[in-house]
Amino acid sequence: MQLWLIPILPLAGFAINGLFGRRFSKSLVNVFAIGSVLLSFAWVVKTLAGLGDISGTHLEHYFTWIQSGALNIGCDFAIDRLTAVMLLVVTGVGSLIHIYAIGYMAHEGGYYRFFAYLNLFMFFMLVLVLGASYLVLFVGWEGVGLCSYLLIGFYFDKQFATNAGNKAFIVNRIGDFGFSLAMFLIFVNFKSLDFATVFQAAPGMSEATLTTIGLLLLVGACGKSAQLPLYVWLPDAMAGPTPVSALIHAATMVTAGVYMTARSWVIYTHAPVAMNVIAIMGVVTAFFAATIGLAQNDIKKVFAYSTVSQLGYMFIGVGSGAFGAGIFHVVTHAFFKALLFLGAGSVIHALAGEQDMRNMGGLRSKIPITFWTMMCAAVAISGVPPFSGFFSKDAILAAAYEKTPWIYWLGVFTAGLTAFYIFRAMFLTFFGNYRGKAHPHESPPVMWIPLAILALLSLGGGFIPVPEFLREVFHAPPEGPANYTLMGISVAAGLIGIFLAWLMYCFKPSMAESFAERVGIFYKLVYNKYFVDEIYGVAIVRPIVEGSRVLLWKVVDVSGIDGLANGIATWCRGVGGVLRRIQSGNIRSYATWVLFGSVMLIVAMGLAEGLAR
Amino acid sequence: MDLILFLIFGLIALVCAINVVLQTHPISSAVSLIGVMGSLAILYLLLGAEFIAAAQVIVYAGAVMVLFVFVIMLLNAGKEVHKGRSFMVQLLGVPLLIALLGLLAFLARHMYQPETMVHFGGFQGGSAQAVGHALFTTYLLPFEVTSILILIAIIGAVVLARKELD
Amino acid sequence: MPLNQVPLSWFLILSAALFAIGVAGFLFRRNIITVFMSIELMLNAVNLSFIAFSYQNKQVNGHLLAFFVMVVAAAEAAVGLAIILTVFKNRATLNIDEMDSMKD
Repeated sequence: MQLWLIPILPLAGFAINGLFGRRFSKSLVNVFAIGSVLLSFAWVVKTLAGLGDISGTHLEHYFTWIQSGALNIGCDFAIDRLTAVMLLVVTGVGSLIHIYAIGYMAHEGGYYRFFAYLNLFMFFMLVLVLGASYLVLFVGWEGVGLCSYLLIGFYFDKQFATNAGNKAFIVNRIGDFGFSLAMFLIFVNFKSLDFATVFQAAPGMSEATLTTIGLLLLVGACGKSAQLPLYVWLPDAMAGPTPVSALIHAATMVTAGVYMTARSWVIYTHAPVAMNVIAIMGVVTAFFAATIGLAQNDIKKVFAYSTVSQLGYMFIGVGSGAFGAGIFHVVTHAFFKALLFLGAGSVIHALAGEQDMRNMGGLRSKIPITFWTMMCAAVAISGVPPFSGFFSKDAILAAAYEKTPWIYWLGVFTAGLTAFYIFRAMFLTFFGNYRGKAHPHESPPVMWIPLAILALLSLGGGFIPVPEFLREVFHAPPEGPANYTLMGISVAAGLIGIFLAWLMYCFKPSMAESFAERVGIFYKLVYNKYFVDEIYGVAIVRPIVEGSRVLLWKVVDVSGIDGLANGIATWCRGVGGVLRRIQSGNIRSYATWVLFGSVMLIVAMGLAEGLAR
Repeated sequence: MDLILFLIFGLIALVCAINVVLQTHPISSAVSLIGVMGSLAILYLLLGAEFIAAAQVIVYAGAVMVLFVFVIMLLNAGKEVHKGRSFMVQLLGVPLLIALLGLLAFLARHMYQPETMVHFGGFQGGSAQAVGHALFTTYLLPFEVTSILILIAIIGAVVLARKELD
Repeated sequence: MPLNQVPLSWFLILSAALFAIGVAGFLFRRNIITVFMSIELMLNAVNLSFIAFSYQNKQVNGHLLAFFVMVVAAAEAAVGLAIILTVFKNRATLNIDEMDSMKD
């Protein structure tokens, strides 16, 4: 089956572009970068077609990576239905974004470096998805974190970009710490890290153990998928180029947490406490991020908070036991969120770098293709039937209603908020009069063709039967009768949100400002993202940095270790300085010392002789 | 008789030795040293070392000291002037000397009991024949090596002391 | 004490005394030739000691050692005096305290 070809092709692209890309022309870089990803996608399709109706797991073992006592980790790739879905999303959407990036990055420096990093990211993401043990998954996990850092800080000469890269990596690390602890626990209890072994033995373990493992895995997922309280890196990650935001921070990397949680469904179904925690965390994050998204002015930041919010929805699905629905939302979200980001990139490209929505407006007639494709995404994400977002969101909310009704109600309210802020963004950008100073022009075909494809997928993606397809993986019961009342309520919430947005931003634009003034404090709170970054800074970052600087650096390093090293040197110098007085150049004093030594020697020998007698 | 001989020539040796150290002009020191060597030759005879006594007079007193005198005359070395001091020597010199002498004397007296008595003729094995026999059998290697040593010394002295060729 | 006998230890003490005097000359004199002569004095003292021990052990080895000491002393005197000549040519002084270029 040669599963290894799927990740190796982008790795080859990375190697060639990374090592030699500097000397290549742009078209040659494109050939290797896009070609490797497209070939990978083609191979995925061929493999899946070859497998036909995939049932169970197909495992490929390549080599034994670690062999140490009881720890035996092999480099294994496995493919089952869940992997198949993820593979198609990663390679498919990834290819489209690669093609888009040709146009977007055409005028940027470091062209080959960008595509090299992007290919490296694809490699790690595919390793993550194909891995058949927690450790191989973790390798991919860390790798995508690394590529995220590299790509966020792509404009390395800008301070805020490198800071954002650092923030992403460090916050991710906190999550990875939880993940590592979970892996340790898994190994201690199950004596193995392979999925097959662990999931077979899981039902027999104590609930406390499984709950602890589940919660620790959740910490990791929080970090990677930007949930409360580790979401702070995602809005700052918008400092990277827009294709990066689309690929990594919308479609693929951030869904790694959801994928990992869904993969560990066996552990979670036997640890109901952990699942409740997931669901609660998901809905709180969704609501929280949606409120922040209401007041942002940077178009990419709106979509970033929207991503956090939608990821919360996916976790609601997973936490309510509807793993298939959660993954379904991953797929549809990949379509419409990538489209939203790429469209935003198209807008930014048209306006020569402008990102503030207050300087946009009336672009509907100037960049029509971008407008229509983004509109498709907007209606999809707002849950308007019969588009893709409606199906996936509804599946999640229905499952939530079964488990915990209050989550359902909060989720519906958040759906309304979602529709509101998305359409607020749309109205501010495309309707009204143009408030800026640039000369907007439509994007080249290499950019709008992927937009068009993604638009079609956003519209029609709801009809792909992902939850039924995955029912076999998750051993889920067949769906009950559709509850039309619930569906109606959530659709109504979405439509109300759209209407309110139209009212406040299109019909009577001044309504927005007066409302903001009346709400006063809440507006300020939400606009400043609840001051979370500032709180973290004061409570956590500053003490650690200051503590390090004062205690560890000044005391331990400078005084202690340097003091010891320098002190030894100074002491040697001092002793040497004293001892060198003997070398006076005066022969008679040398002779005196010789005499002294010989007298001592005679005394010693005499004593030895005397003692021997 | 032997005792008196020992006392006289021992005393002469000591006095000449002290004179070597105390005289200011090098020539006087050199002559005193010749005196020491002569007295020592007599003492060697007392101890039955005929060959060595002869060698002492011929080689040491007759050749080496003459060399010294030649060099002193060549350098036209005058009386010694008092210049330069060494702190270490002043501090430790005398005590160490006394310590050395005391130690050695103590050891000499108490190491060999019962005491051997020396009288003239007590040791017959110091003749030229005995020395020669030992020299060419047991000590053949050192003999040959010292001959090379002397060769090296000659070459060294010639090289060091010659005039610069300009 | 009968007149035809001398205790051996007296020879050894004489040897020690001559040696100490030689050391004294080495330490306290400033003329380099005098220092050299003190060295010769020390060597002679040691020779006396060798001969005395040879008498005690009734063997000829001490004589041989004294012989070799003499040979080496002669060679050393030759080379040493040549060195002194060279030093005198360069520095025009025979004061040992002024030859201190080994000091830092």
